[in-house]
Amino acid sequence: MNTRIVELRQGILKKNDELARALRQRFTAAGVLVLNLVSSPGTGKTTFLERTLRTLRESGDRVAALVGDLETDNDARRLAASGAPARQINTHGICHLEAEMVGRHLDGWDLSALDYLFIENVGNLVCPSSYDLGERIRVALLSVTEGEDKPLKYPTLFNSADAAVITKIDLAGPCGFDRAAALHHLNEIRPGIRVFETSAKTGVGMADWLDYLKAERQGRSAG
Amino acid sequence: MHELSIASSIVDSVTESLAAYPGARVVEVRLRLGALAAVIEDSLQFCYGIATEGTPLAGSRLRVHVQPVVVHCARCGHLGALPGVQSFRCPSCGEPAHDVRQGRELEIEAIELEEPEIQA
Ligand SMILES: Nc1nc2c(ncn2[C@@H]2O[C@H](COP(=O)(O)OP(=O)(O)OP(=O)(O)O)[C@@H](O)[C@H]2O)c(=O)[nH]1
Ligand SMILES: [Mg+2]
Ligand SMILES: [Zn+2]
Ligand SMILES: [Zn+2]
Repeated sequence: MNTRIVELRQGILKKNDELARALRQRFTAAGVLVLNLVSSPGTGKTTFLERTLRTLRESGDRVAALVGDLETDNDARRLAASGAPARQINTHGICHLEAEMVGRHLDGWDLSALDYLFIENVGNLVCPSSYDLGERIRVALLSVTEGEDKPLKYPTLFNSADAAVITKIDLAGPCGFDRAAALHHLNEIRPGIRVFETSAKTGVGMADWLDYLKAERQGRSAG
Repeated sequence: MHELSIASSIVDSVTESLAAYPGARVVEVRLRLGALAAVIEDSLQFCYGIATEGTPLAGSRLRVHVQPVVVHCARCGHLGALPGVQSFRCPSCGEPAHDVRQGRELEIEAIELEEPEIQA
C-alpha cells in the first residue's frame, strides 16, 4: 500500500457561505436592509421585533420578517399581527437557520418593495454564529434576566455581532442587573460594539434603535 | 448539536474528493478549527464516528488542529495570537482589537489515503 496526502483546503460551510453571498448580492441590489437577530431562547426577540415592525410601519416603512423555530408557527403569527408580512421557517430539529432556508422562504416576495427584512434566528447562542444568512447587520440580544457574562460565555457569537440589544430593561431593578459589567463584557468581546438598552414592554430605548436602523438604511442607499 | 451536521459535511466533501482516487482508503482527515469556530472538538469526534459509519471514511481518524485567534492592531500594527477568547485586545499594547485575521476557520486541510500499489 502507498500513503498519499491530498491537500483539500476546503471550507466545511462553503455551500452555506456561497448561498449567503448570493443572497447578500440580491438584498443589496434590491435595496433592502437585512438584519439577523440572534439570542438565547426567550431573550425577547419576537417581542422586540413586534414592536419594531409596528413602529416602522406607522412611519410608512415597508417591512417583512422571517422567523426560525424548531417547531410551531407561533412567532410568525405574533409578528404578522403587526400587519407586516411574516413567514415561519420550521427547522425540525436543526438548531440554527441556514442560508438555503432563508432563500427558500423568500419566494413570491418582491424584495425591492421592502425597506427592511428582519430574520429572527432560532433561539441558540452557539451555531447561528457560523451560518451567514446574507444579512448586512447581525444583532445579538441579551436580556437583563440571563446574566451579564453571556458575552464571555458565548464569545463566538458576540464577536460576530455588529450591534447588541439589551432587552427587558424594565426588569433591570428587580433582577439586580449590573449594567456596567454587561457593557464591559460586551466591549471585551466586541470592542466598540453599538449597544441599545431597550424594553419592548415599556418602549424605553426603542427610539435610539429605530434611529440606528434608519441611519444604516440611508447610509447604504446613499452610498 | 450542529457537530453532527459538520461531521456529515466532512463525509460529503471527502467522499467527493475520493472519486479521483479509486480504491483508496481514508486513514486520516485533518481539520483546521479556529478557536472561534463554535465547534466542540470532543463532540465533533463523537459525531465523526457516527457520521462515517458505512461510508468510505469508516474507521478513519479525525485530527483537529486548533487555530488561535489572531488579531491585527490598528494602533501599533502588531499581528499576534490572543491567549484566549475572553478579551479582544492587542497582545502587545492592550488596545481593543477589532480586526480578527484568524480564528473562525472550519476547513478540511488535507486527507491521508492508503492506495493499492499500482501494478507495473
Ligand atoms: N418584562 C419584559 N418581558 C419581556 C420583554 N420582552 C419579552 N418579554 C417576555 O419574555 C418572554 C419571551 O419573549 P419572546 O419575545 O417570545 O422571546 P424570543 O427570544 O422570541 O423566544 P424564542 O423565539 O423562543 O427564542 C415572553 O414572556 C415575553 O413577554 C420586555 O421587554 N420586558
Ligand atoms: Mg421568538
Ligand atoms: Zn445549530
Ligand atoms: Zn497594539
